[in-house]
Amino acid sequence: MSELKTKEKTIVVPGEILATGMDYLPSYGTYREGDHIRAGKLGILNVDGKVLKITSISGRYMPKRGDTIIGKVIDVTMNGWRVETNSPYSAMLMLKDASNEFIEKGANLTRIFNFDDYIVCGITSVSSQKLIDLTMKAPGLRKLRGGQIIEVNTHKVPRIIGKNGSMVSMIKQATGCSIIVGQNGWVWLNSEDAKMELIAIETIKKIEAEATQSGLTDRIKEFLEKKTGKKIEATVIHNEQQEVSQ
Amino acid sequence: MSYKKRVDGRKFDETRPVEAEVGVVKRADGSARFKIGQTEAWAAVYGPRELVPRFMQNPQKGILRVHYNMMPFSGHGNRVRPGGNRRSKELGMVIRDSLLPVINLNDFPNAVVDVFIEFPQTDAGTRCAAVTCAAMALADAGLLMSDMVSAIAVGRVDDKIVADLNYDEEAFECDAGVTDIPVAIIPSTGEVSLLQMDGITTKKQLFEALELAKDVSKKLYEVQKSALKKKYKVSEA
Amino acid sequence: MIIDKKKIIDMMGKGLRLDGRKADEFRKIKVEYGITKSAEGSSRVTLGDTVVLAGVKMEVAKPYPDTPDQGGLMVGAELLPMSSPEFESGPPSDWAVEVARVVDRGVRESHAIDVKNLVVKKGELVWNVIVDIVTINDAGNILDASAVAVLAALKDTKLPKLEKDIIDYKAGLTKEKLPVKELPIAVTVYKIGKELFVDPTNDEEKQIDARLTVTSIEDGSLCSLQKGGESPLSVEEIDKMIDIAIKHAKSLRKDL
Repeated sequence: MSELKTKEKTIVVPGEILATGMDYLPSYGTYREGDHIRAGKLGILNVDGKVLKITSISGRYMPKRGDTIIGKVIDVTMNGWRVETNSPYSAMLMLKDASNEFIEKGANLTRIFNFDDYIVCGITSVSSQKLIDLTMKAPGLRKLRGGQIIEVNTHKVPRIIGKNGSMVSMIKQATGCSIIVGQNGWVWLNSEDAKMELIAIETIKKIEAEATQSGLTDRIKEFLEKKTGKKIEATVIHNEQQEVSQ
Repeated sequence: MSYKKRVDGRKFDETRPVEAEVGVVKRADGSARFKIGQTEAWAAVYGPRELVPRFMQNPQKGILRVHYNMMPFSGHGNRVRPGGNRRSKELGMVIRDSLLPVINLNDFPNAVVDVFIEFPQTDAGTRCAAVTCAAMALADAGLLMSDMVSAIAVGRVDDKIVADLNYDEEAFECDAGVTDIPVAIIPSTGEVSLLQMDGITTKKQLFEALELAKDVSKKLYEVQKSALKKKYKVSEA
Repeated sequence: MIIDKKKIIDMMGKGLRLDGRKADEFRKIKVEYGITKSAEGSSRVTLGDTVVLAGVKMEVAKPYPDTPDQGGLMVGAELLPMSSPEFESGPPSDWAVEVARVVDRGVRESHAIDVKNLVVKKGELVWNVIVDIVTINDAGNILDASAVAVLAALKDTKLPKLEKDIIDYKAGLTKEKLPVKELPIAVTVYKIGKELFVDPTNDEEKQIDARLTVTSIEDGSLCSLQKGGESPLSVEEIDKMIDIAIKHAKSLRKDL
C-alpha cells in the first residue's frame, strides 16, 4: 500500500520520510531506502503524479546547462576567457563561442573581453566533473557596460523574473531601469537616474525577502507605485517579455 | 555508595534545556546555533566553494572540512589561548567523520565545504553540540544529505548511566569514577557515526549507555527538524 | 558588488547610498551585555548585519618589575572565518592585528581602565584585564563595532573571587565591578573620491580610498588616531573627519 506521508508543498528536512510503498518514484533531492522514500535535502516537497522531488530553497548556485547567467572575466588565456560564475566552479568561454564575428589569430583578446568585465552568457554544457562551457552567440548575450551588479539568492530568481518575465518587466517599466537577472543570482541594473536605480534594487530585495508569501505581485505593484509616484499599466505586464530567456 | 541524585537535580536520562536556531550568520551559506545547558555552539557553512590549493582537489568527489574552535573567553575557568591546539584538531576530524556518512560528496567534485564551529561558552558536551549544530548548518546550506546527525554525550557517573554530562559531572569525585561517552547517531538507520570513551566501563554499561544515546538523539532530531522548518516557515506557497 | 566605483561616488555626491542611508548615517546599533557566562564580562554588538562579540577574562599575575603598582590590559581580535568568506583560519591577518591594536590604543590612551587600580598586592600580584574581540558576521565596519563591543564588555565586567591569590572560578563572580573611568568611542570616517561617509557596508568598504579612525572621550577630547587606506588625506579633510567622528561618538555613547 503506497502512501504519501508528508503533505505536498511543505518544508522537509534530510532523512524525513516522504512516502511508503513502491508506487512513488524518487526524483531530485529524494531517494529510496527500502520501502520508504526519504528527503535528501532541505527544501519544499513537490509531488507531480507519482514523482517526488525537492524544490531547493537554500544553498549556492550550481551551474546548469541552458542557464543564462552573468559572469565575470577572471582570466584571459590563449584560447579564450575564464569566467567566474558565482558558484564553486569557474567556466570557460572559448574563442569559437565568443562572437559571431571573425576573431583573428593572435588578436589581443583583452580588447574583446577584459579582466573584470561582466558578461551575459549562456551555459552550453556542464560535465560530470563540473567543467563548464559558455557561449556568447545567442540573442541578448553581451558584455555589460556601466550600471551595477547586486547579488540575490539564486533560489529567488524565478520570483524576481516572474511568470513570462512579468515581475521584472513591471520593475523595468516603473523605474525605467535596464535590468538583467542571471540564473546564478547576479543581477545587473542600469539607469541614468540614480534614485530609480535604488528603487529598483529595493524592490528586488523586497521580492527576495517576501518570495514565499502569496499576493506578492500586487504588493510589489503597490510598492513601486508608492515609491515612484507613477501608476503602472496592467497591460504592459502581460505583453512584455524578459529580453533574455529564463 | 551510589550516585543517587545528579549534581543539578536532573533525571538520569534527562538532558539540560536545549535551544536551536537556524540561519544565524547572514554571510554564511548555511548556519545554526545549538545550546544545551551552558554549552553553546555556533556553526557556519561556506560552500561548496573552490578548493585551494589545487593539488587537494579531487575530481571525483568534494571535500568536507570541519574547523572546531573555542572563543578565548569560552573556557570553564581560564582563558583559552587563540589558535587551536591538538585537541581542536582531533575534534575537527572526529566531528567531520560523524557527518561524512550523510553528505553526498559526489555532488561537488573538486570543491570544498567548510564548516566552522565556534563556542562563546562551554560546559562540557562540546563535540556533541558541535555535531548537532553542524548538521543543521549543513542542511541550511542546501547540501544533498541523506539524513541529519544528532549527538549527545552519555556516560557513567559512579553506578548510574546518565545522559548529557555537564562539567561538574565530568569532574565528579567518586570511587567508581566517571566515564564520558560522546555518541553521534544517524536517525533513520540508528547507525553510530561518532563514538569515543574516556574512563572505565563494562561492556554491559557501554551498551546501556548506547541505548540511552539512541533515545536521546531521537529527541534532538526533533529539535533540529523543528529549527530548520521554523526558519523557512513564513509561508510555503 | 559594484561594477563601477564612479557610481558609488556619483550616488554619494547626490546623497544616495545603496541601502538608502545618508553619507553621515550609521546603521541601527544594538548592544547586549552578559552574553556568555564563561567570561567575567561580555557583550554583543549588532551594527546593521555586522555582529561582533567581546569577552573579558581577568587573570592574576606578578607585575612587570618596572611597574610594580600597575595591572595589565590587553586587547586581542579574531576575525573568525565563520564571519566572512574572505577570512581564513590561521594566525591573525594584518587586518585582525590592526583592529586589535587600534581598539587597544583607544582604551589604553584614554585611561578607561586605571591600571593603578588593578593592584592586589603591590609588587607581588596584580590583575590583568584581557579583552578578546570575536567577529560573528562581517557586514562592514568591524572596527567601530569592535570598539563599542570592547567598551561594553569592560563595563559588564565583575571581578572574580580570589582565594589565596588564585582565582576561584567555582565561587562565581563578586559584586565588584571593574572600574571603567572613561568611555572612549572609536568612529571611522571613510573617504571615497571626494566623499566622506561613515559605517560602510561590504560593497562600500571594498572601494574606499582612505579612512581615519578617531577615538574620542566624553568631553570631546581625542585620545587616539589611525589613518588607513592607500590615498592621502588633506588637512581640511582630516578636520572634517574629526568633527564627524566626535559627533557620532557622542551619539553612540548613548547606545551603550
